[in-house]
Amino acid sequence: MSVLLNKNTKLIVQGITGSEGTFHTSQMIQYGTKVVAGVTPGKGGTDYSGKGENIFTKPVPIFNTVKDAVAKTKANATVIFVPPPFAADAIMEAIDAEIPLIVCITEGIPVRDMIPVKQALLNSKSTLIGPNCPGVITPDEAKIGIMPGFIHKKGTVGVVSRSGTLTYEAVKQLTDLGLGQTSCIGIGGDPIIGTQHIDAVKLFNEDPETEAIIMIGEIGGTAEEEAAAYIKANVKKPVISFIAGRTAPPGRRMGHAGAIISGGKGTAEDKIIALKAAGIHVVESPAQIGITVKNVLDGLAKKKTTKAKTKTAPVVEEIIIDVPVVTEVVGEVVAEEKPKKSRKTKKD
Amino acid sequence: MKIHEYQAKELLRRYNVPTLKGFVVFSAEDAGKITYEEFESKGHKVIVLKSQVHAGGRGKGTVYDINTGAEMVLFDKPVKGVNILKDGNIADKAYQFSKATLGNKLVTIQTGAEGSIVNRLLIEEGVAIEKEFYAGIVLDRATGMNVVMVSTEGGVEIEKVAEETPEKIIKEFIDPKIGFQGYQARTLGFGLGLKGEAFKNFIHFITNLVIAYNELDCSLMEINPLVLTKDGRILALDAKITFDENALYRHPEYEEMRDISEESPLEVEASKYNLNYIKLDGNVGCMVNGAGLAMATMDLIQLSGGKPANFLDVGGGANVERIANAFRIMLSDPNVKAVLINIFGGIVRCDKVAEGIITALQTVKVDLPVIIRLDGTNAIEGAELLKNSGMEFKVAINFEEAAKLVTEVFAA
Repeated sequence: MSVLLNKNTKLIVQGITGSEGTFHTSQMIQYGTKVVAGVTPGKGGTDYSGKGENIFTKPVPIFNTVKDAVAKTKANATVIFVPPPFAADAIMEAIDAEIPLIVCITEGIPVRDMIPVKQALLNSKSTLIGPNCPGVITPDEAKIGIMPGFIHKKGTVGVVSRSGTLTYEAVKQLTDLGLGQTSCIGIGGDPIIGTQHIDAVKLFNEDPETEAIIMIGEIGGTAEEEAAAYIKANVKKPVISFIAGRTAPPGRRMGHAGAIISGGKGTAEDKIIALKAAGIHVVESPAQIGITVKNVLDGLAKKKTTKAKTKTAPVVEEIIIDVPVVTEVVGEVVAEEKPKKSRKTKKD
Repeated sequence: MKIHEYQAKELLRRYNVPTLKGFVVFSAEDAGKITYEEFESKGHKVIVLKSQVHAGGRGKGTVYDINTGAEMVLFDKPVKGVNILKDGNIADKAYQFSKATLGNKLVTIQTGAEGSIVNRLLIEEGVAIEKEFYAGIVLDRATGMNVVMVSTEGGVEIEKVAEETPEKIIKEFIDPKIGFQGYQARTLGFGLGLKGEAFKNFIHFITNLVIAYNELDCSLMEINPLVLTKDGRILALDAKITFDENALYRHPEYEEMRDISEESPLEVEASKYNLNYIKLDGNVGCMVNGAGLAMATMDLIQLSGGKPANFLDVGGGANVERIANAFRIMLSDPNVKAVLINIFGGIVRCDKVAEGIITALQTVKVDLPVIIRLDGTNAIEGAELLKNSGMEFKVAINFEEAAKLVTEVFAA
């Protein structure tokens, strides 16, 4: 299982004929993503096969509007490589076409343009990832975005992060230790983004394949604190977190428009306190994200074996099916299995 | 992007947001002349001379001599960032205070000990104040909407009010689908306890302020204090505007308002090459691709026993020219004792980056320890190139090793 996308996801590329759009479309196709259409207003009705060094393995039909593209191809995801002045409009068009997953890579969209987009997303049928993000990937199945595919590996860790290269760093640390990922979501570094940490954590929490969640945050805003409150109340899977920007000075925008400590709010310290209070494993050094996940998962595996020894298997089964309250006593690992088992009982 | 108070007020006047009559001057001679022509000769008894620097806390800040560091004193009192001039001869006083301030440094709670050099002064008419309020507009990230805030606690830091007496801040969120509504303006006005003519004036003020905020593509607008004068007017006594950097392309006229003397010279230089550089006060220069990884690298330097000297994001296309410029800018900081390059090759290939570093170092002389960590696409090829270059690098294969190398440099 995975979140947001898998090998059957049918993708549209908005801004496919631009140089960024062309390059990354060829990369996505190579990775195995099903790119079913491109949208470039005025070029509808043609086929596009890339240009220069980036020639696609097969031509992609181009449409004038997102609605046309969806009607003809049954696409259920779109990725946006449109320049900043036109990007908010491109997102709006995708929302209007009711595309379930919209990923906006574009960096530098004015806040004034994003405010109406945020409102349009409420009560819509779409989830927006980004803008100003690397995108989402489900290893060995599909990627929508600009991340290097080869550092990823299929597995059981869910990754959510505001940053691009720092996400790659965390993923590479995991892969080097043999730990794969269910999906990785780069939510973006802007002040207004479609999907927050809390939304991504919810997705991973509900995904039965995900065993642990990495949440990489940074200074600015209170999104990490909000996610921490949710995790404390709802998430039994282990969550490992790193917050970038402990050494960042207040009042300065650290690259990302959203990464700024203003009015004494959004410091790394505040976030770390909130995360620790929610029982999240906070990694001090960015070099130790991978190893911390491994230690947490190894610890969990040990606990699992000890528990299995103390209780005989049939008893556990009974408890899960009939008395859900007892799951707390049994612990997180068993609790995760609960939904599967209960579904089975319903069928029976 | 930040602008000066006088520039903010010029913009506000275009939107019919009331401010006081004022003039900007760059010399003491002009200060004296304008004060005489525009104020003294027209019967004004009081003027206010305000230093124009981007930092806040000017009223309580003190001016120091740029060369000797001595406190500037006039009429037996220290010269402040904002001075009220009255009791006759105000043109002459404006000349003297301007002479004492211009070219010298103003130290406020926000500038730090090094202070900000004052190059411009705003001369404004004095006004009899009945009450001081606060008004601000800013993006609320949680809702994704702009929020208009007012408070009866004017003239003090709003963060302090928010912390100690949050009930004294009244907020109205602007729904982009319907815009700022009349009832919202009234709620804010009544919240401030305003009545009669003052209330009506406030409604005009705040409504126009919201229009200005939107049309000017601001990311912050603060009127602190917003004042009610003895004669019932509502005025912006101070004004702070920050523009959304992402929207600058829509406002080419803002470029003229940029005061580069308020920015660090190295940061100005870096921005010419599209490098995102912020100077800090540490000893390890770092060059990284990506903002998040750059922050994490700074954190790692600190954990390893060094202190980051800068934030520097070289972005995706790390070619020779960019790398050479990045080196030059980073090394112009005399505090830098070692350099850490951390590049994660995603789309960028590490061998290309390594070639860039080698070529750049043939043009820029570096006598400091250079630690390089290249990971991701073609990392092994990149490391080979560095090793065979004949130059002295400390090459790390991963983040952990880079941390160790930083620690070693500082232990030695």
